[in-house]
Order: sequence, then C-alpha cells, then structure tokens
Amino acid sequence: MDLPNDLPRRRVWPGEDFTRIPDWVYTDQWVYEREVERIFHGHTWNYVGLEAEIPDAGDFIRSNVGPTPVVVARAEDGDIAVFENRCTHRAAEFCRELTGNVKAFVCPYHQWTYDLRGNLQAVPFRRGVQGRGGMGADFKLSEHNPRQLAATTHRGVIFASYAHDMEPLADYLGPDILREFEATFDGRKLVILGHYRHSLPGNWKLYHENLKDPYHATLLHTFLVTFGLLVAGNKSLMLADPSGRHGVMCSAKSDASKIAAEDKAEMRAFKEGMRLADPRMMDFVPEFDSPWSVTMATIWPNLIVQREMNTLGIRQLIPTGPNEFIMKWTMFGFEGDTEEMTRHRLRQGNLMGPAGFLGLEDNEAIKFVQDGMLRVPGGEHLVKLDPGTPFGTSETLISESAIRAMYRHWREAMAL
Amino acid sequence: MTYDPRLAALLLRAEIDAFNTDYAEKLDRQDLLAWVESFAEDGFYVVISRENFERNQPVGLIYCEGRAMIADRAFALLKTAMFGPRYLRHMISNLSVAAQADGSVRARANFIVIEVLTDRPEPRVLQVGEYRDVFVRVDGALRLKERRCIYDNLLIPTALCIPV
Repeated sequence: MDLPNDLPRRRVWPGEDFTRIPDWVYTDQWVYEREVERIFHGHTWNYVGLEAEIPDAGDFIRSNVGPTPVVVARAEDGDIAVFENRCTHRAAEFCRELTGNVKAFVCPYHQWTYDLRGNLQAVPFRRGVQGRGGMGADFKLSEHNPRQLAATTHRGVIFASYAHDMEPLADYLGPDILREFEATFDGRKLVILGHYRHSLPGNWKLYHENLKDPYHATLLHTFLVTFGLLVAGNKSLMLADPSGRHGVMCSAKSDASKIAAEDKAEMRAFKEGMRLADPRMMDFVPEFDSPWSVTMATIWPNLIVQREMNTLGIRQLIPTGPNEFIMKWTMFGFEGDTEEMTRHRLRQGNLMGPAGFLGLEDNEAIKFVQDGMLRVPGGEHLVKLDPGTPFGTSETLISESAIRAMYRHWREAMAL
Repeated sequence: MTYDPRLAALLLRAEIDAFNTDYAEKLDRQDLLAWVESFAEDGFYVVISRENFERNQPVGLIYCEGRAMIADRAFALLKTAMFGPRYLRHMISNLSVAAQADGSVRARANFIVIEVLTDRPEPRVLQVGEYRDVFVRVDGALRLKERRCIYDNLLIPTALCIPV
C-alpha cells in the first residue's frame, strides 16, 4: 500500500495507549490524504442526501463523499444513483446547480452526455466530420463512465460507498445505533425545512469528537445547562457501537431546579434564575418512541443526526483538507406536522447551526482547538477521563471513552 | 402651498435611511439590547439563506417570532454565548421604499457585514444580501414589523455571532 516515497512522511502512533492523541492526527496532509483514500473512499457508508430532496425521476442534488463531489439522482425507474461529478473527458465538474430536474447531464464544455445513472450516453462528433477526426473505432462509451458508487437508503436517508462489497446499512450501524436512527427516522415521511452551510477552520474528526464528548456539553453550553436540557446529573448515556466508529449522545430533559447544589458549583455555566422572555423555544413536544429528549448520533464517517427535542437535522461533514471542513445541514420535519409544529421546530432551531446558541459555541471551540495545534505545534491531546471505561459506551457524561473507541477504530482503518 | 407627494416620499425615505444607519450602528457597537428596540412588539426577524428563501423553505440561521424572542437572542448572546472577540461593520445601501395603504411601509436594502477577528489579519465579508422589511409606526416612531435578512453567501465562515 505505502510506496517507499511515503515513508519519510509516515506517522507512527506513540505507544499502544489511547489516552493521548498526537496533533499530527489533525494537522498532517499525508494523514488527511490517507483518510480520504481509506475512510471516505474506503469501506464506509457515506451520507449523501435525503430521498425527500429527489422525489421524482430526473431530480438531482449535488453532494459529496468525503471531499469528492458527487451527483445524487433519481433514475427513471425510481432507483437512486450516485456518481462522481467529474466529466471523464476533461475533468469538468459538469453538474453546477445545487438541485434541479433533468433528462440527462450534459457537460457544458464539450457536451458529453450522461444519463441519470451516470452512464456516458453520447459524445458529439464521435465519428468525426466527413470521415475525419473523432474517436477511434475502438472507443466504447461504456468504458468512460464517471466512477459510480454503491447506494442504499434507509427510512428516506441515502448513503453511498466507493466499496461495492458493503454490508447492508443495518449491519454497518449495528443494532444499538440502528435503534436510535429509527427512533428519529420513525417512518413518517420527511419534509425538508431548509439548509444551512458553513465552513470550519478545524479538522473534521474534531466534530465527531465534540459529539462523543459529553463532558464539554455540561461546561461550554451555558444556555443548555441553564435551562436544564443537559446537566451533569441528568439521565444520560454516551453510546458507542462495538466498533467504536459510531456513537449516540443521549440525554433526558430535567428540571433545572432539581440540580444538586454540588453539581451547580462545578458548572460555572449554571446561572440561577435565568429565564427566557419567550420560553416556547425550549418546549419539548413528545413525538418519539424514546426515553431520550435529545440524541446526537455520529455515524461514521460523515453524518450527524440531530434530534434536539423537536428540532431535527442532518449534518453532512465534507472535509476539504486537514485544517478545514464544510458542514451542510438539512433541517426537516414530518408530513402531518401542523403549522404550529413546524414553527416550533423553526423556533427551537435557534439552538443549532452556525448562529445557534449551542452551534456557534461548538464552531468557535473547534476553531480554538485547531488554532492551538497550529500555533503551538507538535503536542498531543489528553483524553483520559473515565479510566474505568477504557473504550465504548459510558453511562456518565464525564467520560472520554467514546473518543478513545473512535481512535481505536481509526487506527485500524488507517493502519497506523 | 401645494402638496408635493414627492416631498413625503423623500422624507419617508430619509427617515428609513436614518433608521438603518442607527440599526447598523447598534450592531457595530454590539449593543444588542438597544438593537432589540428596533422591533415592534410582534416583530418578526429571520436570517435566511437565499437558497431557502427562493425555494420557500423557512429555516433561518436566526428565527425570532416577536420581540420577546429577539430579546432572548440578545440576552443569550451577551450573557451565555462563548465566541472569540471580533469587530463588525454593517453597511446598508440601495434603499427602496414603498408606503402601503394600511400605513405600513415596505422597504428593501442591500447589506454587507464585514467581520474582523482579532487574531486574523484580513477583514472578511461575513454576510452579503438584502433586507426585506415591513415598518410600522409605534408612538410615531418607525419600528420593524418584519426584517428578513436574505444572505447570498451560502457558506457561512465558522459562525454568525452577532445578528445581521
């Protein structure tokens, strides 16, 4: 796998311990390129879109698998096709619109034409003009398709993979993660409420770690803590699948007035007596068959499923280099939501996203972490909390066991 | 003296222009409690991508129904939110104004928000887009009944900490 000229750049994990993560995991270009090859283009199911975005034949969206632009299209027979957005002639990214409906994709440069499955259908002047020029007699359209990915869907969520020998999604997720996935995608038809997109000057794995780090949630997010959505004494669970790659941070809303005094003292964020002028935003309308009012699922390698009470969203992670990534959010509700329920979801949406009371803090924190590594380089991160649970699921929020489990998987996938 | 309707239109336009200058100044000072006072009691405020707006999808980066929610936004940003220090300049231009029969005023204007982080050398365009507004008079003074901030830059750099 590794060419000799890779050797000088090759990184070696320090020892067999998982309580220290070296900075190069987050900042090194070679590591990043290896992640694209072995993780995003490797044996993984990558989120690419929702079926509700492409309900009809000919509908398409632009999406990404890792950094790689792909087209997600609905073929005439209702199948979903995912293929690279790169003309096999001169490499042009031929699909330019964010979304739309077409009969075929025509590259604007020389009008090479691809059908809804990404099969090359036509090459202008293939036989030349008046017997001169054109492609050779041995040119076969079928040998010049853009790379076509495997695709699967579950409860309206579309995944794609460069690996064509993937296990079914249910097996990829495992029963615990699948149960939480199906608690949110409970069979009701999805209605897209809109998107937002932002860039983040940090390594993409920090976003996974942030949602496998329940410790921060009780400390950074004053807003969340104050209103009793998540506090150190809450009923909670940091679930990790046996492989360590997926996780779900779960918590149940509690009454802030019932927080023990010693817990309040530990949480500088807790502010006694803070009240919202319009408390509707924090209402929780029970609608899911789940003991949890909040679940944040991290589905390896590029999907976050947010169920923050009634504000529901997909976050698609698009790495663009070791030090930056893009997040594309798709917020949704369900068919049958009343107008008031939709507005409730929108009001509660103030918690999340790049201007959300929680979301903006996470984004800032991730920037600070990357700044720290880039400006004081060559260090390492300490992830030692909860030594009693070396890896995996933890029932206390004051734990980093899910992060360690993720790195155990990452090292295996990366052969590092 | 004959009544010239052009004069009334000019005065109204000048009044809204002054309102926007004042609005920008409050945000540039990050005086969010003063910013809240720009809105009527039932004022609606949303920061929405052009992508969502044009597709009739309602999700906003910030979505406030009523001045109480706007006040909560201001209070939470001032008292609870953690973000790095920054300076902002809100530029508002290309104003157009249309008085309505019911006494309200519809207006639109372009905006650019330039953000400077204290640890980065270059000022950057944080937001570019347009306001679609409905003004009403409350005790004689103009207040926003609706302000839709429709931004063109679909990809937000890191975070939007101060409103638009």
